Amino acid sequence: MDLGPYLMLASLEGAVGAAVLALTALGLSLVFGVMRIVNVAHGEFYMLGAVLAWWVTSMIGGHPALGFVAAMVVAPLVVGLIAAAAERLVLRRLNYDPEATIVATIGLLYVIQQLALSTYGADARPVPAPIDFRIQFPWFGYSGYKLCVIVASAALMLGVWLVLTRTRAGLMMRATQYDPETARAFAIPVGRVYAGVFAAGAMLAALGAVLIVPIQQAHYLMGHDPLLLSFIVVIIGGLGSLRGTVLAAVIIGMSDGIISVFFSPTLAKILATLLVAFVLVWRPTGLFGARAA
Amino acid sequence: MSRAVGLHLGLLAALAAAQFLLPDYHHGNLARIMVLAAFASAYNITFGYAGMLSLGHAMFFGAGLYAAGLAAEFGGTAAPLGLVLGVLAGAIVATVVGLLALRTTGVSFMIVTLMFAQAGFLTVLYFGEFTRGDEGFVLAPAARTVLGLSLADPATRYWAALCVFGAVMLGSLALARSAFGRVLAAIRENEERTRMLGYDVFRAKLMALAVSGAMAGAAGAAYALLFGYVGATFASIQYSILPLLWVLMGGAATVLGPFLGTLLMFYLIDISSSFTTAHMMIVGFALIGLILFFPKGILGTLRERAAPWLP
Amino acid sequence: MAAVTLLETHGLTRRFGGLTAVDGVEFRLQEGEIRALIGPNGAGKTTFVSLISGRLRPTAGRVIFAGEDVTRLPAHARVMRGIAYTFQITSVFARMTLLDNVRLAVQRRMMQGWRGPDAAALDAAAMAVLDRVGLAARATETAGNLSYGHQRLLEVAMGLGLSPRLLILDEPTQGLSDAEIASFTALVREIAREATVLLIEHNMGVVMDLADRITVMERGQILAEGPPAAIRADAEVQRAYLGG
Repeated sequence: MDLGPYLMLASLEGAVGAAVLALTALGLSLVFGVMRIVNVAHGEFYMLGAVLAWWVTSMIGGHPALGFVAAMVVAPLVVGLIAAAAERLVLRRLNYDPEATIVATIGLLYVIQQLALSTYGADARPVPAPIDFRIQFPWFGYSGYKLCVIVASAALMLGVWLVLTRTRAGLMMRATQYDPETARAFAIPVGRVYAGVFAAGAMLAALGAVLIVPIQQAHYLMGHDPLLLSFIVVIIGGLGSLRGTVLAAVIIGMSDGIISVFFSPTLAKILATLLVAFVLVWRPTGLFGARAA
Repeated sequence: MSRAVGLHLGLLAALAAAQFLLPDYHHGNLARIMVLAAFASAYNITFGYAGMLSLGHAMFFGAGLYAAGLAAEFGGTAAPLGLVLGVLAGAIVATVVGLLALRTTGVSFMIVTLMFAQAGFLTVLYFGEFTRGDEGFVLAPAARTVLGLSLADPATRYWAALCVFGAVMLGSLALARSAFGRVLAAIRENEERTRMLGYDVFRAKLMALAVSGAMAGAAGAAYALLFGYVGATFASIQYSILPLLWVLMGGAATVLGPFLGTLLMFYLIDISSSFTTAHMMIVGFALIGLILFFPKGILGTLRERAAPWLP
Repeated sequence: MAAVTLLETHGLTRRFGGLTAVDGVEFRLQEGEIRALIGPNGAGKTTFVSLISGRLRPTAGRVIFAGEDVTRLPAHARVMRGIAYTFQITSVFARMTLLDNVRLAVQRRMMQGWRGPDAAALDAAAMAVLDRVGLAARATETAGNLSYGHQRLLEVAMGLGLSPRLLILDEPTQGLSDAEIASFTALVREIAREATVLLIEHNMGVVMDLADRITVMERGQILAEGPPAAIRADAEVQRAYLGG
């Protein structure tokens, strides 16, 4: 194969990864932006989404699309409920103290992960793709489902953007992000906004996982890499900046494949983690983020 | 001799006596717990006394572990030199990381240390040719002798573990009671005020991190030499979180808390792993429970309620 | 004896984004005087003393203390040169005892490297300082349990514990009762026998009572400077500050 088609294939693969990463990182960024807390259990919500997707699709018979659509609805809802419960039972009681929250969400990470291990088990299980057709390019065939992932992810992000900018809920979120005290003075139920944002962040991760699970398999340890990559994306993109997050996800997701061609994947990860550390040390607001107020 | 010094020497004496009393299984466990408690004590210097929440201490433990392990494997060094190398490796890595990470505070500091430690862990995997990555390698018996005694022998191993733990614990005690220890406590309470009392806060934190790194390096080297196994797991994120958990449980900023926390968590996990594979769930629930209901830990609460003299 | 200049600033400027909080200030302080710094809110007083104490870096200009250019020195090094700053918002170590609070201040000048002084000498020196502000009897209490007025006194004690040549007090009487203000005034006068005092203060009674000279700031610049009587008479100051 010539370089051109090869690059095209790599870009397509990169775009699929970037699309799911953007969705997942967006959840982390939203939670950080509005609540000023870092959710270390974010990757586990992702994993939970994938595991639930497997459960739903394996329970519903018939055409794979049926189960998949059900999973797209059920998995995020269940994950959102769990996240909201965790927010109520744990984070609220900690008064959202940033450091205590990190310790608590590390605990949450282990609890969710180990619950998955003891119920779902240690096996990786596949979920059938809801649609099964290949797009035939002149040089190679490509899975139609993967292209759908890109489209679906873009649509979901557009949805998030619309909610944030065009609805009352979005206005409340932005007001709370700007200044919780003032928001409270304007009778915005800040507590409920926090619970909602935390749940929404987890749901975005779960949605990303449901989209990816027909391509990858569901496994109880699968939350680790998305967490790390989301961290990288959110920090490079500028803490709390949604636009920066999406931009960084696209760049990092797309370049991930290309870097891995030149370096070993491990070396690429070493460089990425070091980059994050250096960005935080020298440009705490991120590479693309605006100066924090 | 004060009450506090007496208590600590008493614990060391009790641990020495336990050597002759404990059944084999617990005897072996306690040697391991003492080495891990030395690691927890190292973590306590930064987290407990200086108030810096690091999520990267696995890299200091790992630095000691691999310095001793690789030097023995490829350089044929003797065990005492391995320990010295481990201390140096831990201190140097901590100093270099500190020079960068200490430009940040709070959550940023946590993430920066986490990222450096992750880079360290991945580096271990990247040089799998030498480190054997996740699989790890076993040290040759020749590398594990001190003064003609084999560290593979349970009794020798126990004494060696007690020496390492005793040194780190008494070092912590001295530090907690020193002028430097008071400055660290002041930084933990109010960094800006401490600076305006004329203290070089950055340098004090860097020194605390270097001392902590040296102690963690000593624990890592001791782990490699005493138990004869070197593997990437010990440099993974899990080994940054465990000392945090141990210290939280026993009581941050107490000298004996790290040992108590390590002892309790070790047996909690040990017991639960006999009836479930998901034994790490204990770690999760313990972290959440402690931070929610018991943030001062066992000895911290005891100090607050009954024994204010407890260092 | 000719007056010795302890502190001077040349063209001292600090900008925050588009706002110039301190604008080319030329300032001179004689050794041994009590100087009051007054001005409306937002005049740049706290920013100005922060530039002197090293808590903030200037955008331009120089700070010279006892003949040495300290502009590039970090705050902690300036404290060691003899510039002590007491916080506007009370900032004691709330969970420590009064004695521990003052010990931390006293210990700094008695330390060699990170080696502390011996415990008895340290305690004696710290108790002496607590005695000066009248808190010796409460040395073993927890600082956080003190009344607000007593916390302000402890704050001053921590400044004194540093044996400063220049003590900067940022609105020390804010929130104090009249009786507390009276004893505070006496304390400052007593301190001034050994150290130079630079005082940001809104209470004009205290200012007129204590200050040898008064500097008036407005919009980051020095509007007027002189002895209390002259400042009181200055029409421009009246308009800008006294609400004339």
